[in-house]
Amino acid sequence: MSEEELARMRRDTPHFFWELFKSTFLISAFTVGGGFVIIPLLRAKYVDEYGWLDDKETLNLVSIAQSMPGVVACNSAIMLGYRMAGLAGTLTTLLATILPPLITISIISCFYDLFAHNEYVRYALKGMQCGATAIIINVAYDLLKKQLKKKLALPMAIIAGTFVANYCFGINIMLLVVLDGLIGLAFMRGAKYN
Amino acid sequence: MIYLLLYLEFVKVGLFCVGGGYASMPLIQAAVVEGNHWLSLSEFVDIFTISQMTPGPIGINAATFAGMKVAGPGGAILATLGFVTPSLILCIIVAKLFFKYGDIGPIRGLLNGLRPAVIALICSAGLGFIILSLWNEEALPARPLENLDPIGIIMLIATFIAVRLKVSVIKLLAGSGACGLILGMLGKFF
Repeated sequence: MSEEELARMRRDTPHFFWELFKSTFLISAFTVGGGFVIIPLLRAKYVDEYGWLDDKETLNLVSIAQSMPGVVACNSAIMLGYRMAGLAGTLTTLLATILPPLITISIISCFYDLFAHNEYVRYALKGMQCGATAIIINVAYDLLKKQLKKKLALPMAIIAGTFVANYCFGINIMLLVVLDGLIGLAFMRGAKYN
Repeated sequence: MIYLLLYLEFVKVGLFCVGGGYASMPLIQAAVVEGNHWLSLSEFVDIFTISQMTPGPIGINAATFAGMKVAGPGGAILATLGFVTPSLILCIIVAKLFFKYGDIGPIRGLLNGLRPAVIALICSAGLGFIILSLWNEEALPARPLENLDPIGIIMLIATFIAVRLKVSVIKLLAGSGACGLILGMLGKFF
């Protein structure tokens, strides 16, 4: 879509920013399961329902948003909002994405403080801790398998080195991450590492 | 002062977390559990669990929850804002570059280096979670075999099988909560 088309689209939609805020807010408020569930819904709203963005552009932006640091859902909202209406669009979509969890979680956390020390709630939480452990182990397993399949030495060396440095020697995570980022900047710009 | 520290800690988390909600976990853990001792590992795992069961992006949920526990509603707001500050700046810069040149050049190299680092950190966090599940301690206790929690062993094996069978996250966590409650009550009465 060209700039003129986007500008016309914004003019033609009554209360554009309010519509944008409302649709993004509702998706963030009721979607359980994180960014990879939220993004297809955002796409369906912006592209299919309102026609505010075209499909190819959305895919491109979302794929960049996924590789950027931060929360994938927020990154996507930021980039899509920016494309639709510049900085004002970005602030609208970002605010609409972070407000619902801010409200929901604040309420839930009060309940957590009230009930976390109850004996029976502790039993249930203990069970859920095991569930969460299984989930994170599975995530780690899938990521490792995917990386191993690529048969690249440098990423594997980074994984092994970072793990040992962090787990066995307790070296500061931020320090390790900066170091690995610099290694990437120096040696991993090739397309095979993408 | 605590607000400023909280904000800055979450700016760091937002800056270095590459690859979605799960990638933010070890970084938030480093900030609130190991770095500043604001929360215990057990409280942190509760936060992580609840964040997955409630609507919204997991990373934002966890940041809000951690901020709320550390410093109340103001903490929740600042932790969340801190988390998205780097995203906001970086995404706009990259979006501009992308619309102008169609590529983001050297930034890709940096991100390619961060991705394996995050895998290592998730593994490291996972190991800590396993120890907590099996021993209810943050580090391996002196006599590991005697201090094993039988409920932890059963639950961990059962939930891992469920995950491999691709049971959805919500069902899995709700189910493991119910099983934990039943096993805990059985353990109490027999």
